[in-house]
Amino acid sequence: MFPVIAFLVLIPAVAAAVVMVVPRRELVLPIGVALSLLPLGVAGYITWEFQKGEAGFQFAEQVTWYEPWGIGWNVGIDGVSLLLIGLTALLIPISLVASTAITERVKLYVASMLVLETGLLGVFVSLDLLVFFVFFEIVLVPMYLLIGIWGSGNRIYAAVKFFIYTAFGSALLLAGILALGIMAGDQTGSPSFDYETLLTLDISTTAQRWLFLGFALAFAIKVPLFPLHTWLPDAHTEAPTAGSVILAGVLLKLGTYGFIRFNLTLFPQATVDWAPWIAAIAVFGIIYGAVVAIVQPDVKRLVAYSSVSHLGFIVLGIFALTNQGLQGGVIQMVNHGLATGALFLLIGMVYERRHTRQISDFGGLARVMPVYAGFFLFTAFASIGLPGLNGFIGEFKVLLGSYLTLPGHAIVAAFGVVLAAVYLLWAYERMFTGPVDKPENSGLRDLRPREIAVLVPIAALIVFLGVYPKPALERIEPSVLHILERIEATTDYEVPDFGRTLELAEEGDG
Amino acid sequence: MVGLLIAFPLAGALFLLAFGRRIGEPVAGWIGSATVALSFVVALPMAFGFLGGTGHAEVEEIYSWIPSLGIDFALLWDPLSALMTLVVTGVGTLIHLYSIGYMHGDERFGRFFTYLNLFVASMLILVLGANFAVLFIGWELVGLCSYLLISFWFTRPSAAAAGKKAFVVNRIGDFGFLIGLMIVFATFGTLSYGPVFEEAPQVLVSGGATVTAITLLLLVGAAGKSAQLPLYVWLPDAMEGPTPVSALIHAATMVTAGVYMVARTAPLYELAPVSAGIVATVGALTALLAATIAVAQRDIKRVLAYSTISQLGYMFMAVGAAAYVAGIFHLMTHAFFKALLFLGAGSVIHGMADEQDMFKMGGLRRVMPWTFGTMLVAWLAISGIPPLSGFWSKDEILAVVYGRGGAWVALWAVGIVTAGLTAFYMTRMMVLTFWGEKRWDEGVHPHESPSSMVVPLGILAVASAVGGFINTPWRLGLEHFLEPSFEAISLAHPPEGAVPWVLAIASVAVGALGIALGWRRYHREPVPQERTEAWQTVEAGYRVDDLYGDTLVLPGKALAVISAVVDKRFVDGAVNGVGLVVKKIGAALKPLQTGFARSYGLAVLGGTVGLLIWFLSRGGF
Repeated sequence: MFPVIAFLVLIPAVAAAVVMVVPRRELVLPIGVALSLLPLGVAGYITWEFQKGEAGFQFAEQVTWYEPWGIGWNVGIDGVSLLLIGLTALLIPISLVASTAITERVKLYVASMLVLETGLLGVFVSLDLLVFFVFFEIVLVPMYLLIGIWGSGNRIYAAVKFFIYTAFGSALLLAGILALGIMAGDQTGSPSFDYETLLTLDISTTAQRWLFLGFALAFAIKVPLFPLHTWLPDAHTEAPTAGSVILAGVLLKLGTYGFIRFNLTLFPQATVDWAPWIAAIAVFGIIYGAVVAIVQPDVKRLVAYSSVSHLGFIVLGIFALTNQGLQGGVIQMVNHGLATGALFLLIGMVYERRHTRQISDFGGLARVMPVYAGFFLFTAFASIGLPGLNGFIGEFKVLLGSYLTLPGHAIVAAFGVVLAAVYLLWAYERMFTGPVDKPENSGLRDLRPREIAVLVPIAALIVFLGVYPKPALERIEPSVLHILERIEATTDYEVPDFGRTLELAEEGDG
Repeated sequence: MVGLLIAFPLAGALFLLAFGRRIGEPVAGWIGSATVALSFVVALPMAFGFLGGTGHAEVEEIYSWIPSLGIDFALLWDPLSALMTLVVTGVGTLIHLYSIGYMHGDERFGRFFTYLNLFVASMLILVLGANFAVLFIGWELVGLCSYLLISFWFTRPSAAAAGKKAFVVNRIGDFGFLIGLMIVFATFGTLSYGPVFEEAPQVLVSGGATVTAITLLLLVGAAGKSAQLPLYVWLPDAMEGPTPVSALIHAATMVTAGVYMVARTAPLYELAPVSAGIVATVGALTALLAATIAVAQRDIKRVLAYSTISQLGYMFMAVGAAAYVAGIFHLMTHAFFKALLFLGAGSVIHGMADEQDMFKMGGLRRVMPWTFGTMLVAWLAISGIPPLSGFWSKDEILAVVYGRGGAWVALWAVGIVTAGLTAFYMTRMMVLTFWGEKRWDEGVHPHESPSSMVVPLGILAVASAVGGFINTPWRLGLEHFLEPSFEAISLAHPPEGAVPWVLAIASVAVGALGIALGWRRYHREPVPQERTEAWQTVEAGYRVDDLYGDTLVLPGKALAVISAVVDKRFVDGAVNGVGLVVKKIGAALKPLQTGFARSYGLAVLGGTVGLLIWFLSRGGF
């Protein structure tokens, strides 16, 4: 079979190399965009060919690199990773198209974005934990460069903080991965980092707890969960637009993805024991992030804190350990990526015109930039969770799903929907309504066709996933049920079985 | 077929979103009106089946929306949803037509009809949904339209703030609503009306905690949308929107969604008598409170806003008392006469060059005879004068509430006092506006509105006059029509015998008294100025907004500011602190970095030996 995943992951890396040798400066960005459409095409093909009834890994490729340690190119895609791959492949070209304001060291910029894509895609497909870790770390470097070189005022501080903070988490993750590999050696005779081999290990509850903590800390920093979130607002504020889009859109999901892929399945007992606590931290983050967002004077910081709040919903859904909650968490990763990605794109567009992100510097923009205002309000409502748009689907599933096992958590989390309306609509009110009372704002140009072209695909997906989420959900569900069945099989936890779609419930029972 | 009803206005909204600006006045308005009218025309024959007794409720599944929650995008066509559809599209068509004249000259004319069409589509989703989730789509989308239309003239800061306030306060209601849905899902495993209502008597203990919690939480949502205590505060501010919006959304249709929802979930409220009692009590208190505030308003639209809150209170009283038919009946008649009052007020405001202060009006009956004549009908209808529509529906509610006996008689008393107040403040409004001397500002030249505005007024006046006859004590037409929707419910009925006659005479007498007192007080020169402290306190709605501001908004903001500071100083401060400590340690250890290979080698050796000893002491790895 054609190694489609290897192809998918390698194209951006090769493209990065190609971009570095493009002779003419003005061609760099167009070529970069064109090349980034290739992985998007491959991702489209994968989504199309993905068999929706199946729980296991598809398009699997397995090549052993180092036999004694069982390290190898061991990849596959399931319902949890499928949409995140599509999201990554979509947001990279969009971010590149939105990067015309970058004029310095364009080659390095475009190459960084493409290497970033390889890293992100690699994380989502890797089924060898060491290889996963390598990709997980690769991601840091281009993002560090993006913030540190093309960021705004306080960029070095933000870049270093981002790098050190997340690298600190990675150290524990690596220790955990090595420990698992050694355990595999003890139990099967040869060390292995193969995900499916590791799933067969018998890990004592104590060991599970330590390992869970090591993995969870790394992922919690990435998400980020309170109180480990403070690198995020700084990184977002200083990062260039594209950096923010990828950071919020995809990078944060490495954490939530890691929770699902590794913590839930490898350490099920520890997961069951600690789920209410982690969910409690997540719920606290929902409220805390939203409350802090309300009074942020910088609109980018506001959206950054809203991410803390939204990611809390995702983590709550995951650790509710129900079909609905987990599905909601997975779909919400995509939804948040689209809506928040679009918000950062929009903020970038007005920043290019006004060179400020202070909410108080605006006012009455809806009058001078009606199309822009329309897109902003649309995206804000997607983020608020308006039914009919995508954000609602995930939030609703998370709330209904988590109430089944963690009713108290769910009730508190539901208050987040009130706060989301407060911080976003208040920001909209201050930026877009009222009279145009600052002369600098009166001559602003409305969106150009290129900018509209950047936003339209995201807006279309926001509507599509809100109105007809079924194609996405039915690809996610089998893998989610598979994970829950594993938890049920290895612990005495029982998943409440309300609302499984009939066919799948039968399959699951059978 | 049922899906088509939604599809027409939705298609209209999408078309106008794309081309509304290009086609402009007045075609955009005609297209907008036509799509709503089309839905009305299609719905009418579909509803006839229920009238003849041949129709039966049906669920139309459009597609599977959220699998694993088992939620289909499914629509329910039964007498209740049919009636709501007819009210929404019927009144909606008239208000669309009226808006063509009213919005004349507005630079965002096309966009206005986009939103108006989107609103009708959303409202139809709300009333036609066959499960709580589809209801919730409509519920939130009408909230969105309300937000967009209240702040339609967004360059006015007050309009923008009012739109946001409406949405946020509604979201507080949604918070309760959502928790209610969580419990419903956790209890039944589905959100579809059919199975939930069928299984409710078996699954839930009558009067038990679960069903009481569900119904109270749904009430929180309903109180938000239908502007009941304590969440009514957004509706008066919503008057910032163009007047047709106030008529359609904030009087005739959207704000009745809470009443509709309680009626729709009657099988649950039947199992929760305590919740039902609370619904009725909230309704009665809201009705009275809002009526007293209406008495002191100077702005003609705010009189009507508080009046709407008050009338919605009657509807809550009705559905709380299990008089579901009476509640829906009043919903319908109120839609007629309150839409008429708002559109009439709009006509006045239009003619008076945007003046809304009634104390600057007076004597308008001669220059605006059609507006005056039609509003006259609505005035008598809302005041409960027979045989106009409001009399029949309000009287039925009061009779049923009285008939329940016990503590319900107290609610009846509140209702009848409110009826007197209603007649009083409506008379005050009519007299100040249409009778007496001119008190117009200079340069104001009132004139009658164009026929596109007057014709809808005329149609609504006819409906307000005769609409009550569809459900008289002698011919319970509406009750028979709605019967299939409340099959499993034991509806509360008015008492038998002479009591209803006495009650009816009492309520007419109270209405007449209110009119007489209003007439005496305001039909004289000069009109009382009502500038005392007390009047101003009542006019400001007893300063409840300030109270909420001081006790909720301010502390909330303070919490947000404090959290932001804590985040920066302590949470982030700790992180930077750790960074600083590491840096310091690094600096302290710098001397170790000698650059001599031999000292590094020594350190490595020492470390290795140390580790080996440690391992061996623990019995190997």
